[in-house]
Amino acid sequence: MAAIRIDNLRKGFGSLEVLKGINLDIADGEFVCFLGPSGCGKSTLLRSIAGLEDLDGGSIRLGERDITEVASAKRDIAMVFQNYALYPHMNVRKNLSFGLALNGMKRDEIDRRVDNAADILRIKELLARKPRQLSGGQRQRVAIGRAIVREPKLFLLDEPLSNLDAGLRVTMRVELAALHERLGVTMIYVTHDQVEAMTLSDRVVVLDKGKVSQFGTPLELFYQPANLFVAGFIGSPRMNFVTTEVTGQVDTSVTLNGGGLAHPLTLEMQSAAPVAKPKSVTLGIRPDKIELVSAEEGHLVGDVRLVERLGTESHVHISLENGGDMTAVVRGTHPVSARERVHLRLAAEHCHLFDGDGQAVARRLDVETQALINQEKAKRVA
Amino acid sequence: MDMTYATAAAPTVAKRKRSAFARHIVAYLFISPWILGFLFFTLGPLVFSLTMSFYDWPVVGERTFVGLDNYRSMLFEDQQFWESLWITVKFAAIYVPFNIVMSFLLALMLHHIRFASGFFRTAFYLPSVISGVALVTIWSWIYSREYGLLNFMLSFVGIDGPNWLGDPNLAIIAIIIASLWGLGGTMLILLTGLKAIPKELYEAATVSGVPGWAQMVFITLPMLGPMLLFTFITSIISAFQQLTIALLLTKGGPLGSTYFFAMYIYDNAFKYFDMGYAAAGSWVMFIIVLLLSLGVMRWSAAWVYYEGEVRQNDGDGHA
Ligand SMILES: Nc1ncnc2c1ncn2[C@@H]1O[C@H](COP(=O)(O)OP(=O)(O)OP(=O)(O)O)[C@@H](O)[C@H]1O
Ligand SMILES: [Mg+2]
Repeated sequence: MAAIRIDNLRKGFGSLEVLKGINLDIADGEFVCFLGPSGCGKSTLLRSIAGLEDLDGGSIRLGERDITEVASAKRDIAMVFQNYALYPHMNVRKNLSFGLALNGMKRDEIDRRVDNAADILRIKELLARKPRQLSGGQRQRVAIGRAIVREPKLFLLDEPLSNLDAGLRVTMRVELAALHERLGVTMIYVTHDQVEAMTLSDRVVVLDKGKVSQFGTPLELFYQPANLFVAGFIGSPRMNFVTTEVTGQVDTSVTLNGGGLAHPLTLEMQSAAPVAKPKSVTLGIRPDKIELVSAEEGHLVGDVRLVERLGTESHVHISLENGGDMTAVVRGTHPVSARERVHLRLAAEHCHLFDGDGQAVARRLDVETQALINQEKAKRVA
Repeated sequence: MDMTYATAAAPTVAKRKRSAFARHIVAYLFISPWILGFLFFTLGPLVFSLTMSFYDWPVVGERTFVGLDNYRSMLFEDQQFWESLWITVKFAAIYVPFNIVMSFLLALMLHHIRFASGFFRTAFYLPSVISGVALVTIWSWIYSREYGLLNFMLSFVGIDGPNWLGDPNLAIIAIIIASLWGLGGTMLILLTGLKAIPKELYEAATVSGVPGWAQMVFITLPMLGPMLLFTFITSIISAFQQLTIALLLTKGGPLGSTYFFAMYIYDNAFKYFDMGYAAAGSWVMFIIVLLLSLGVMRWSAAWVYYEGEVRQNDGDGHA
């Protein structure tokens, strides 16, 4: 078990810059996800930590040790690959023991570790099989088993569940969480599935084009996204954005009007610092915080383009009068239908505000949400 | 109700049968050039030569059925048969391992170099597309005692080069070297095999501390198994068929030291015009190569792993 500290890590392929100065501080025993769209550099960052890439700059520390220049094998890490990378010609037992045997480990110690891993992962009856005789989920277990037997200080997993069907994914997700609990070892997990990231991790690293966009707990990312990218990436259906202007500010209250807004809206910020110029800002609101209301109550006006009725909720897609689109999620089966004119009311306490550079202006959270976030953080430290 | 259904269904089935047949006709038409070629140029001669081998079959004159006489006298009375077979076996015993090992090493090298790999790939493959005659011409020039490239180069390091093609001990080595010149095809097959091994297997091994030599022995070689087996068998076959180079470079000499089995068959057919005897020789060669190949394949079961195949005995842990 060990903490990881990454400083200004840079990596490119030819002229393509993939990692543009990554800084991360991951605590001992933490479960951290790297989350981001395809091609943002998640795998490259993970492989860099594993020692499978030649770095262009920066340093990596594992515990007390600087491992930047240490050979992959000597880093005390284990990695699980997306396509499992099981040795097809070896049976499961051999797959698990191969690396250990070649490092001169004693036979009974190898057997102890293999049996222990097989126990944890419930693959005892598969030990004599070849990988091709296993189902996807079983292969996945073997791949994880191969990591467990190393008893590493750090687990690296690159989209380990992405080749499994939806049902198995949920099962394996729960098992992974249990495994982390049981081993208590630091784990880094790459995924582009935000549900996996939000449910599994203590903290999530959101990567965008080779940079850390935000590093925080799942609830922090959801309630306090640091910028437009994270706000748009986390949450489904995604957050709605409206371009508008700051028309006034009194202490922590910022009043918005114009642009996409038909009526002024006042938000409460965390501090009284004036919202940076230019005054053109972006207002963000999650789809479930929008209400369909009568004309005089609405902040926005638009026409319904499409209604998706999912039973417990309905997704109403709206084209705004002043340009732009918006999705509202309303409970139950809503009677509204396509081409109908609707008025939308935004719940001010749930609005996010982003300055001209797309950076969030810290908003004042309601007491309950703040308590939840603090609770989540406290749990992580414990 | 049932009756109606049955009568209504019948024509549909017939129709489906007819259209399947029509589809097959078209398929057969498409492969017919190959089938005709196979019948006339492979299967035909094969059956014909088997028939011939039971006859005393001069090119001109009376053919007489002799049963197994050709085979009997070849195996029990013909000194030259055994000598040429022995030379061929010696040749194969050296050529086959060298061909595979060198192709493998070259393929490994080409797989790993980044710089100009396309150029080297072409360069190494080129000799195997050059016609045998041109190749032999080049090699006779290289091996020439007085003006040869090889001895010229040896003279730089103070060695007075031997008469490569004139020395009974060296001539067969010279032919082995010249034959190895064409290993580009084998190399290409192995290179393709190397490229097909997922690189994650090596990465997984690297992370778990498996040293490079062990990755080679326990990952690369087993994963290359089917390819190695294939090249093993094709090398054996081509070793037994060795004719062109020996025929043109040494004419079987000196002192019969490069008188290969294929040349023995060739001489019986086109020098002594004893077609029946030559045909019998061909069938003996076929049977030897067949047995060798079967032996190799049986032995390979121990070390070749096929992705697609599931064997009875690698069942689950309870067994
Ligand atoms: N070996 C390589 N050579 C050249 N470019 C590479 C190499 N590996 C990755 N890249 C590039 O680096 C970028 C980041 O790749 P990376 O695999 O880290 O993305 P990712 O975030 O893991 O994406 P995904 O979710 O699709 O797996 C991509 O643009 C990719 O094309
Ligand atoms: Mg990836």
